[in-house]
Amino acid sequence: MLDKLQLIGQKQLAIISRLGQATVFLYQILLTMPGVFIRPSLIVKQLYSTGVQTLVIILVAGTFVGMVLALQAYYVLVDFGAEESISQMVVLSLMRELGPVITGLLFAGRAGSALTAEIGLMKSTEQLSGMEMMAIDPMQRVMAPRVLAGFMALPILTAIFMAVGVLGGYLVAVHGVGIYEGVYWSLAQAKVDFYTDLMNGMIKSVVFGLVIVWIAVFEGHDSVPTSEGLGQATTRTVVHGSLAVLGLDFLLTALMFGDI
Amino acid sequence: MSFSRGSRKIFDNISLDIPRGKVTAIMGPSGTGKTTLLKLIGGQLKPDQGSICMDGNNVHELSRKDLYRLRKRMGMLFQSGALLTDINVFDNIAYPIREHTDLDESMIRSLVLMKLNAVGLRGARDLMPSELSGGMARRVAMARAIALDPVMVMYDEPFTGQDPISMGVLVNLIRSMNQSLHLSSIVVSHDVPETMSISDHIYLLSGGKIVAEGAPDALTNSDDPWTQQFIAGQPDGPVPFHFEAEPVMQDLLQE
Repeated sequence: MLDKLQLIGQKQLAIISRLGQATVFLYQILLTMPGVFIRPSLIVKQLYSTGVQTLVIILVAGTFVGMVLALQAYYVLVDFGAEESISQMVVLSLMRELGPVITGLLFAGRAGSALTAEIGLMKSTEQLSGMEMMAIDPMQRVMAPRVLAGFMALPILTAIFMAVGVLGGYLVAVHGVGIYEGVYWSLAQAKVDFYTDLMNGMIKSVVFGLVIVWIAVFEGHDSVPTSEGLGQATTRTVVHGSLAVLGLDFLLTALMFGDI
Repeated sequence: MSFSRGSRKIFDNISLDIPRGKVTAIMGPSGTGKTTLLKLIGGQLKPDQGSICMDGNNVHELSRKDLYRLRKRMGMLFQSGALLTDINVFDNIAYPIREHTDLDESMIRSLVLMKLNAVGLRGARDLMPSELSGGMARRVAMARAIALDPVMVMYDEPFTGQDPISMGVLVNLIRSMNQSLHLSSIVVSHDVPETMSISDHIYLLSGGKIVAEGAPDALTNSDDPWTQQFIAGQPDGPVPFHFEAEPVMQDLLQE
């Protein structure tokens, strides 16, 4: 019994210690951040690899999610003769929840895992040590541009996801089930509040972006420099990143929309 | 200086001098902490006890800024080459120059081509690291290590996994660059003939201690059995061939 308690205690201590390491790591990155702005080319390069290369999956997923939402909304609302409100359901769901959350989950899977693998491989091939020995700070040249680019990319990707989702919903609602086009757009416009719906969704995506890239670069930097260690680190990024998105989404939703 | 990893003692109160302008070799079996020693000298690791001084500076008491300033005067050749894989050979060598100087691109180009010419790879400037052979990658890394005209260069296992021609080229380059650039070189290796052929002084490490030191000739003629076993590459001796186990007959006859 005592052994089990001891084991639980050890695990808890290990988690707290790791959280502490990750926080110090983020603090070190933030300290070097001003130096990154002197070299905008580093940020542009990372924006391309984390943002632009994630764009296709966001476009495809956004379209289908919007289409499915419209279809499900129609099946439910038609029984009450309220099928004209499809756009309201599609737009609000996308802006408040599905846009930031699904984009965050896809971003953790696509860009987060790639970031961890890249940094882990740089570590195992001694590229980070090599930079240190050339008196070049890897925190400033490798970690900070990636964190900043991820932080900037996710809100943009979320906005794109929302936009194509609304268009996907339009396709199904107007061309699929025959809702009048003017009703679709006018209801969408009338029922969406810029601050409550759109801005809160965007705030969520900013938070998710920071947390995902933080987890991804930390896991890469902290990975065991073996093929197995790298695999485990990449998996941890996707799992922890996804869980963090879902957990934070609940917290942020409660703060933004609820009375908790 | 002493250094431990967890409960394992890597160095137990060792002391060594790296003379200016000479090639000093650190040799010993795999796993004795030779690479760790280079990381300690470069300030990437901190000793538990004692100090490491370079040009009168205690490496581990320097602020981060001063340590980086000191590192600009050190070059290091990593075992894997440690070239940045997303940029080509030219940019790899230009990287530290661009980071630490305000030279214009035409000057940087001339400097990079001179460094590449010194290692015989001027023609490989546009290749990516993935297109280089192991020997070429190490020569590019060597050119990068001398990019900022350091006073000291550390070579971590420079000959490991090289074919005879590449090995010959690297041996020759380490010696000739040490002389022509007035460097102080530290070569960490367990390739005995190659390392002995270019070293002025050798330290033999084993079990966290310096077990022998001296000029290559003195070590070759040493009476110490461990030194003889290591230098001659004898399979059995003070370091036994068999890992500790019960007698073979007893082991075989057991059910």
